[in-house]
Amino acid sequence: MLLGAPAASAQGDGEQVNGTLQYRDAEGSQIAVAGIEIVVRDADGNEVGTAVSGEDGTFSLDLPGAGDYTATIVPETVPAGVTLRNPDRIELSFSVNAGRSRPLAFPLIEGDGSELLTAGSSTWESAARLAVDGLKFGLIIAMCSIGLSLIFGTTGLVNFAHGELVTVGAVLAFAFNVGLGLHLLLAAPIAILITAALGGANDRFLWRPLRDRSTGLIAMLVISIGLSILVRYFVLWQFTGFRRSYEQYSLQTDGLTIGPVTIVPRETITIVLAAAVLVGVALVVQRTRLGKAMRAVSDNKDLAESSGIDVERVIQIIWISGAGLAGLGGILFGLDQQVKWDMGFDLLLLMFASVTLGGLGTAYGALVGSIIVGMFVQLSTLVVAPELKSVGALLVLVAILLVRPQGILGQKERIG
Amino acid sequence: MSDGGSQAAVSSDEKPASTPGSAKPDAILLVDGIRRSFGGLVAVDVDHLEFQRNRITALIGPNGAGKTTFFNLITGFDTPDAGTWTYDGRDMGSLPAHEVALNGMVRTFQLTKALSRLTVMENMKLGAQQQRGENLFRSFNHRGWKRQEAEIEARADALLERFKMDHMRDEFAGTLSGGQRKLLEMARALMTEPAIIMLDEPMAGVNPALTQSLLGHVKELRDEGRTVIFVEHDMDVVRDISDWVVVMAEGRIIAEGTHEEIGANTQVIDAYLGRHHDSTLTIDDDNPFLDQPDGSSSESAESQD
Amino acid sequence: MDWATIFENGLKAGIRPEAAYFALAAIGLNIHFGYTGLLNFGQAGFMAMGAYGLAIPVFAYGWPWWIGVFFGLLAAVLFAVLLGVPTLRLRADYLAIVTIAAAEIIRFIFRATDLREITGGSNGINGFSSGFFDLNPFSGTINIGPFDFTAREMWVMIVGWGLVLIGIGLTYLMIESPWGRVLKAVREDEDAARALGKNAYSMKMQSLIIGGLFGALAGMILALSQGSVQPSPTDLGPPKTFFAYAALILGGTGRLWGPVIGSIMFIALLAFTDNLLRQAQAADYIPEEIITGTEVGVIRFVLLGVGLMILMLYRPQGLFGDKREMAFDV
Repeated sequence: MLLGAPAASAQGDGEQVNGTLQYRDAEGSQIAVAGIEIVVRDADGNEVGTAVSGEDGTFSLDLPGAGDYTATIVPETVPAGVTLRNPDRIELSFSVNAGRSRPLAFPLIEGDGSELLTAGSSTWESAARLAVDGLKFGLIIAMCSIGLSLIFGTTGLVNFAHGELVTVGAVLAFAFNVGLGLHLLLAAPIAILITAALGGANDRFLWRPLRDRSTGLIAMLVISIGLSILVRYFVLWQFTGFRRSYEQYSLQTDGLTIGPVTIVPRETITIVLAAAVLVGVALVVQRTRLGKAMRAVSDNKDLAESSGIDVERVIQIIWISGAGLAGLGGILFGLDQQVKWDMGFDLLLLMFASVTLGGLGTAYGALVGSIIVGMFVQLSTLVVAPELKSVGALLVLVAILLVRPQGILGQKERIG
Repeated sequence: MSDGGSQAAVSSDEKPASTPGSAKPDAILLVDGIRRSFGGLVAVDVDHLEFQRNRITALIGPNGAGKTTFFNLITGFDTPDAGTWTYDGRDMGSLPAHEVALNGMVRTFQLTKALSRLTVMENMKLGAQQQRGENLFRSFNHRGWKRQEAEIEARADALLERFKMDHMRDEFAGTLSGGQRKLLEMARALMTEPAIIMLDEPMAGVNPALTQSLLGHVKELRDEGRTVIFVEHDMDVVRDISDWVVVMAEGRIIAEGTHEEIGANTQVIDAYLGRHHDSTLTIDDDNPFLDQPDGSSSESAESQD
Repeated sequence: MDWATIFENGLKAGIRPEAAYFALAAIGLNIHFGYTGLLNFGQAGFMAMGAYGLAIPVFAYGWPWWIGVFFGLLAAVLFAVLLGVPTLRLRADYLAIVTIAAAEIIRFIFRATDLREITGGSNGINGFSSGFFDLNPFSGTINIGPFDFTAREMWVMIVGWGLVLIGIGLTYLMIESPWGRVLKAVREDEDAARALGKNAYSMKMQSLIIGGLFGALAGMILALSQGSVQPSPTDLGPPKTFFAYAALILGGTGRLWGPVIGSIMFIALLAFTDNLLRQAQAADYIPEEIITGTEVGVIRFVLLGVGLMILMLYRPQGLFGDKREMAFDV
């Protein structure tokens, strides 16, 4: 299409607007974005036409003549995982001279695209929209990090490979969904079960033997880094470095409108499902014998052991359920932002921030910390550029450690 | 820093009153209104307490009485909710742990903290204060601190010999037995030339053969003019070496006195037997060094969390 | 399979600038982790301080390159203090989390579009090193034994390995002194050190700063060897820190030459496996269905993960470590 442009201008009468929609991923390579619609209007606001970006990311549209125009990106067509570097520039004004083609740049970056839905709206409206996003993101982080926190609480392990459970859940669901053609509603539970089983195996065949050998916590931490690298690059090998979407629910379609906020179905599903699961987890932790045992082990392992609790079994259950939750979180995250080989590792830092914020080792701490982090990450885009949004959350983590090192819900430690 | 005021040793011989918080002649450490709670649980709540110079004072009490927490508070390892304490007239309330030690108040720990991957000799040398080479910028010039190092080493050798550990001088501390670690920790504390030495369960986990020699070493500390405060469970040990006994229960001081007075105090017996049947109070028992590990290990588990 | 080339390339990689900057980064981590027990997972952040500190004054302000060296070191000290104040009083794992987070914050900020004028944004900075290479005494191709190096590469190697030797010398003087003894005491048991009158907090801060300075030097050599500074994860992100740890653990933590030997071996092994896999593939020993040509780079990292785990499981004291010393490390 781009190659066509000079030919058109050579004819002398073909005014045209064109450009390429692409972004640079974390590795630094350019990735073209297809399927984004750009509506072009003339100076009077009449629609001239719609350009759609092709497989190579290029778009072009012939214009009726020289003059002033505006080009607007249709936010709903921006795929998940991508957003405009500057959401305010979702609409560009430009003028075209006779016989020339006018290139337009819409710089894209990785992101969740939600900023686009608020572009041009008031601060209050944006804040409401971002709060919904923050809640959604926070619930996802919470689901992923409950296992991380409880594993730390019961075994002292800072598990750097926990993010990979998130990735594995999302990637397995992708394999069943896109690879084998199962509907996501069927693929997801299978993926979650397998992830949970992998979590259990992780504990049974790696961490439990290490605990029996009374390996130092720092050695275990380094081993978890080795495991994280191993799994992450194995996924990169098998899944490749591209971002991919599930077959179902990945397009943003018209949704529920509450006040200034429009919530598309996939967000509704995410929020309702995550909230339901988390309430379920809370009930189990609070009401059941198993939950009591978990809290007891987390509180004081020796005491729990001496009062007849099968500590190893409790830890095994925490690993299985924690991994399952992480897998589910990964699927929801993949639904929101597309599936990527290092998505779990990207999330890991925010998970660490959340559990530290809430109080390492507690289930509710992970929940509270996650929602604060999720909210903070999204709402901070009101002030800072979207590409810096996780910086704020990490700074809050540092600030909390200064003031209340044991976290919001954590207890002070005793020495000696 | 220096020897803990040995001149006061004999002159102040009158016996202090046997009431909780009584005034002592020549008190070296005075504690006032110190309070510490964990969540809703009050771990330490001491209105007033004085420790006499150049005496061995035992701090006893049932599990969870707050003895270790009390130690942590006055040595700067924990921060109280309220309270002041002075050592030799100096306010110690806001000092961090290492400065408390630099002032001459040195403690040991219930679970020994031998520095495993350092040799016994290196452990000892760490106790020395004022080594110039411990400053980063002076450390580069090895000639600047070599002579001082030799003096410290000689002092350490002498102490190791006194504690009969000279044959282990170049072993890694991690290879020592539990009792040897206790000895090393005490010897290492002595390298700092403390005026007050605070021993947290010095006999816990030590085999009976070593206990006698440890007890002897504690008495030597007093005879050198130092003040000794120690936490202990075993009443036989307390009776054997302590000049004065302070009893804590539920964070408070419930009694003070000589070990005979304490042994006859019904309130103390209630505190032990009323709430903690598992602890043994063996005042009239001739059995030396009862099987103490049970009592002491459950206390250590409780205060480690 | 051309075994001679495979070994030759492996060995050559082991002395190239990449191994030198890994060695510097690992010397820093050895001071942090090996001697003080600090879990600094933000060494890449210190490297970024050095790399950008070197590049920014030239790129944004046109100052001479040696001013950049000063800025890089200063930035590393400030970064260490900033990291240390909130975390050094807390348990070791908090430091791990905060340092890895802080290093990423640094990278995000350097990558930010709004700072493009100063940091080059996501494109990074090129062309800041001409002042440094003007001092290059070499020209043409330099031949050492079977290896050929370009003049630029040779110059960075000389400077890089020179810094490594100086670093080892300084580490020796510091560690084999009473200061080093206190440092090790803090590593073994912080409370015991405090009970003996040692200011553990101050010791940890000093350690964080010194190790961070080595990290900054590593970042400078990285920047000079590539002729560019990129805010990518592979250059200045968490993987860099993890690999430096892998190198350190391979050579042996808490051992003077551990980081140097480990880095040489680590880089040589990476190059070796890379060459081996590529050759095996070219010779059709590995069918195309299992590993395609482009995937070799990825497989290396899978093997790296396995290697790191096996090392920690079976030889946590490093390949040449003293078993006696690690026997009671729990």
